[in-house]
Amino acid sequence: MKHVLTVIMLATTLQQTPAFAADWSGYVSAQYRGFFEDPADPRQHNNYLSAAAEPEFYHRWQGGDQSFNTILFYRVDQYDENRTHGDIRELSWTGVFDTFEMTAGISKVFWGVAETQHLVDIINQTDQVENVDGEDKLGQPMIKLSTAQDWGNLDLFVLPWFRERTFPGVEGRPRPEVVVDTDADAIYDFSAGQDHIDLALRYSHYIGEWEFGLSYFSGIDRLPSNFSPIAFDPGGQPTAVVPIYSLINQAGIDGQVFFGDWTWKLEAINKEYRSGDRKGSHTFQSVFGFEYTWVGFTGGASDLGFVVEYHYSDANARETIFDNDLATALRFVLNDAQSTEVLLGFLTDAETHTAAGFIEASRRIGQSWVLEAELRTYNGTEQDRPLYSFRFDNFAQIDLAYHF
Amino acid sequence: MNRRMIQSTVAAVVVGLLPFALVAETAEEKGLAIAVEADKRDEGFGDSTANMTMVLKNKQGDTSTRYIRIKTLEVIGDGDKSMSIFDEPADVKGTAFLTFSHAIKPDEQWLYLPALKRVKRINSKNKSGPFMGSEFAYEDIASQEIEKYTYKYLRDETLNGIDCFVIERYPAYEHSGYTRQVVWINKAEYRPEKVVFYDRKNSLLKTLTYDGYQQYLDKFWRADQMHMENHQTGKSTTLTWSNYQFRTGLEDSDFNKNSLKRAK
Repeated sequence: MKHVLTVIMLATTLQQTPAFAADWSGYVSAQYRGFFEDPADPRQHNNYLSAAAEPEFYHRWQGGDQSFNTILFYRVDQYDENRTHGDIRELSWTGVFDTFEMTAGISKVFWGVAETQHLVDIINQTDQVENVDGEDKLGQPMIKLSTAQDWGNLDLFVLPWFRERTFPGVEGRPRPEVVVDTDADAIYDFSAGQDHIDLALRYSHYIGEWEFGLSYFSGIDRLPSNFSPIAFDPGGQPTAVVPIYSLINQAGIDGQVFFGDWTWKLEAINKEYRSGDRKGSHTFQSVFGFEYTWVGFTGGASDLGFVVEYHYSDANARETIFDNDLATALRFVLNDAQSTEVLLGFLTDAETHTAAGFIEASRRIGQSWVLEAELRTYNGTEQDRPLYSFRFDNFAQIDLAYHF
Repeated sequence: MNRRMIQSTVAAVVVGLLPFALVAETAEEKGLAIAVEADKRDEGFGDSTANMTMVLKNKQGDTSTRYIRIKTLEVIGDGDKSMSIFDEPADVKGTAFLTFSHAIKPDEQWLYLPALKRVKRINSKNKSGPFMGSEFAYEDIASQEIEKYTYKYLRDETLNGIDCFVIERYPAYEHSGYTRQVVWINKAEYRPEKVVFYDRKNSLLKTLTYDGYQQYLDKFWRADQMHMENHQTGKSTTLTWSNYQFRTGLEDSDFNKNSLKRAK
């Protein structure tokens, strides 16, 4: 907790230094996560406290045509040594030259349109220890060249260093039953290893109510292609594994269109393995669905949104939870001064009837504080499926953040 | 302005010019003529930038403040392009909206979420929703084009000592949140002084008042303050404008998805 106080004090001091006042922002937050049942592994705990800070420094010159951006992140977790981690989310320079734009350094990009799974989004590695929803990303070193033309936007990426996925530590929860050991060396099943230079290309455009994007990626898959056991119990069962990373080519398509209050969305990828045991094999994954918004549903300012997305994958159902699943969600947006929002959803597997449920709520308090609450449940999980590890891991989480 | 509008405008002007005007100008023609003149007087500003402070007040008197920077590019013959960038509250700092507004078809609108670095196209068919929790709907803050309404002149009236035309306008956009608006237009300067909004059930909904008008470039009037009061909820929103600058050299390339991501 001492670290946290230091970070808070540092952030406060920097904020009050007048010369930089306009350029500093960010947040500090405290988190509590509580589980309703005892863990599958006695080394895990029932209650976790944690704190995080994310200061941001931004400076621009030449009327905004050049800018420098830094976002640092650090979290301290009470028990999970892997969740106590730091990351440079952003450390980049961006220059604008007429219709061209260049970014060099560590940065983040987002691709895609779907709400419950981000299939085409591949540039940044997932910061898996942050939350099970996979929405948090690690900063990626890159050179990005971008142009906005009448015929659409074109982005080119050179990605010179691979970031390994973060995984919860032995005491972390929820986590896979078999611990992924990120202190041991991961396996790269090709010679260049982590130094491999990945390349990516994306074209996106819109015509009237239609938005669409085409993307191509050639490099190291952000998702491990498999795991290799490195430690065993006396019975010969693996107790720890390391991830195996492989080279892939991935083509992606994403698009959305409006029909009245309906927004229809599609994302699909075709992944071809170029190294390791799977070399030459393909997988196809897609997510297709809609979002419908009932504006002013109470007769007042509130909106009610329905999200339905169907996930398909021809990959082995042991690898992805999105193999043949339906995600449904309700979003209440109060449109009030406190920006109150509640998102309530289910992910149901069509074959096993496993259901993962979640509620996410957030509300601003005063001018600078934001309170977030989250509830995640896993029901009817079956052995041999990824969510089986989480069968005792229903949890509630509260985050209180101070933004500056 | 579409061709039909131009024709009817020309017709209105021609009718007005007829020396032997046996055909009396109808209330609709006079209402339109006032709107056309108001539009003409605001034409040619090119582009503008301004800072806006938005104070939301609830029934109990609690307030909440937002700081927003707004860039606008005038588009002749269509709705303007605009970018709104949030500076406060701190948790939404860097959130930005890019809007290509249109008179009678849905706007094109993108939202940039800085935490995810995600640009999201927003379904803006419904322009009647509140803008960032305020009493201003998206359609209230969008650029005012002639084709957005049909008009009817009601009467002349003095409002706070200012001679005004009072006209009624009826939204042409089928998904508008209003049946009608009554507008007090300053006779000398053809700028709005007050607008009263009636909801879809034709009940009194909101009143917007303009204060502290200043003239820029010897032509363009902008109010320092706009106050919107919701009579049905008791809530209100006050917009205070500062640092207005015109013809700053903004162009189309300052209003696309790449510039939205850089906006900050």
